Amino acid sequence: MKNCEYQQIDPQTLQTPTPTPPPHLHGKESKQREEEEEEPKRPRRKWEVFPGKNRFYCDGRIMLARQSGVLPLTLGLILVTCGLFFVFDCPFLVIHLTSCIPFIGGSLFVFVVITLLQTSFTDPGILPRATPDEAADIEKQIDNPGNSSYRPPPRTKEVLINQQVVKLKYCFTCKMFRPPRTSHCSLCDNCVERFDHHCPWVGNCVGKRNYRFFYTFIVSLSFLTAFIFGCVTTHLALRAQGGKGLVSVTAVELVICFFSVWSILGLSGFHTYLVASNLTTNEDIKGSWSGKGGEDVTNPYSHKNIFINCCTVLCGPMPPSLIDRRGFLPSDESAQTSGVDIELPSAPSKSEINVCTQGTKGLLESATRSPLITTSCPQGKPQAAHTCPDISPAMNSDPSPEVSTSCGARHIMISHGDTSPQRHTKTRSKRSKRAALHIPNPAFDVPVSPTSPDAGLGSKSGAHKGASFAPLH
Amino acid sequence: MQGLVPAATDGNMATEFHNLQELRHSASLANKVFIQRDYSEGTTCRFQTKFPSELESRIERTLFEDTVKTLNNYYAEAEKIGGQSYLEGCLACATAYLIFLCMETRYEKVLKKIAKYIQEQNEKIYAPRGLLITDPIERGMRVIEISIYEDRGSSGSSSGSSSVSGSTAR
Repeated sequence: MKNCEYQQIDPQTLQTPTPTPPPHLHGKESKQREEEEEEPKRPRRKWEVFPGKNRFYCDGRIMLARQSGVLPLTLGLILVTCGLFFVFDCPFLVIHLTSCIPFIGGSLFVFVVITLLQTSFTDPGILPRATPDEAADIEKQIDNPGNSSYRPPPRTKEVLINQQVVKLKYCFTCKMFRPPRTSHCSLCDNCVERFDHHCPWVGNCVGKRNYRFFYTFIVSLSFLTAFIFGCVTTHLALRAQGGKGLVSVTAVELVICFFSVWSILGLSGFHTYLVASNLTTNEDIKGSWSGKGGEDVTNPYSHKNIFINCCTVLCGPMPPSLIDRRGFLPSDESAQTSGVDIELPSAPSKSEINVCTQGTKGLLESATRSPLITTSCPQGKPQAAHTCPDISPAMNSDPSPEVSTSCGARHIMISHGDTSPQRHTKTRSKRSKRAALHIPNPAFDVPVSPTSPDAGLGSKSGAHKGASFAPLH
Repeated sequence: MQGLVPAATDGNMATEFHNLQELRHSASLANKVFIQRDYSEGTTCRFQTKFPSELESRIERTLFEDTVKTLNNYYAEAEKIGGQSYLEGCLACATAYLIFLCMETRYEKVLKKIAKYIQEQNEKIYAPRGLLITDPIERGMRVIEISIYEDRGSSGSSSGSSSVSGSTAR
């Protein structure tokens, strides 16, 4: 039932049939027997049981938000406008102006498309949900004695960051206290680090890991639209001078570019301001550090220097993806097809680069074997992808009896923990349907002001965007 | 088939394997301790060095603090903003970030070092004391999970014996 949300599974993965044994035999023994009888079944990858509302393509290499509705429109607009430009305007301008116009236009166009796709397809910095043990530990620490009914843990915890008090909120879906600057996106149902906003135009959240792609995208898109706008205007002017009539196609381009330029330039300007002050859209709109009410609050993350802020945000080290999309699930957990919505991470492998570990007990085993695995599993992304399938079936056959007994307890933990996230997910999915298109602050427990998102973000095209953008200036 | 390193290559390793195997077969998971993040310096990755009470009888405070401090140093090195990271960032921007697809970033290199360090710590220090550290990257960099194993004291259960014989045979 939850599996049907994870649609768009790459057809290549369908070689591995979903467990065919009858439901009442659904268990480790039958799964293992099946694995032993058939040729080694492809172990399931973690993206297939990812609990958030994301879509995965290319066997987990590419990820998108579930609601990526407007991304095709963005791509389409860019492609159509540039296509028309190259077909109708370039020939004229090459003759009458200079021949480097197509090259400039072409390189800008390529840059824009690449950064757009990277923004859309990169993990924005999703935090994996807490394991059952972690969640239990947190609840123990915030113990509520004397409460008979299950009361959720208190919602906030305060920490001192650079002499500034920051409240950390507890996320009920992910069952953890959110790190600073992390927010839960209701559309994607994930906690995202350094959450900026959920951008429907790129069909993904913008967060720590893809903010630089997003910024490069909007800046290069401003250049591109300004360039096309300038060229089109020149084209029309030259035509008018030459006494020829208006070309309707060029007029269409003019209109699109005119409205795009203002909104995108404004958006770029806004984000340049955010980068220079090391703020996120989320914080700016909520006014977290604006010092309202006369309090002495400053942004604790800012380095107080525009140049350093810019370098930190745009040129800082690229953090790794914390959700190990392409790692393999251990054989016993992959047997739970519908059950596991949440904590697959009790037995994760770190990343493609690292060895394929299998949970704490498995860690012990892998600690005994890992020198071997590191020798046989050469380090490096492409290679790890090849060697892991070789290793995990091998590991499955040997330690599987032991792993299955040791992970028996984990089965129970996972199945018990299953119900509450489903409940939360259902309520959240209802909320997300009611949510507006622009949601810079989709944390479900904070109200969103309807006007400021539009003003703050602008939009990429369309007449109304230009008007709504005016308040910002 | 799995290519276990023969014990003869490294005497120390053989002893550690032996310890870990003993641990696996005679121990059961008793408890888990979570070392939380320390956000006092911002969002950079640091873990609290406060010594948890559950570990008091298990390991010396200094060893534990050394481990956490070394990990913190590794993470600080990975997230350091300096000349090299700027160069990496500017180069990446110039190539429309396509080099991230080909090149291993400095962060990833440091993460590999961390994984190796944790494994080494496990083998040398923690496993002999019935503890096991889980790499924070596997927990979303939120916690350092330390599993505490209770020694059952009995001989290894049958479920484990096959892999014991299997591994010792190689």
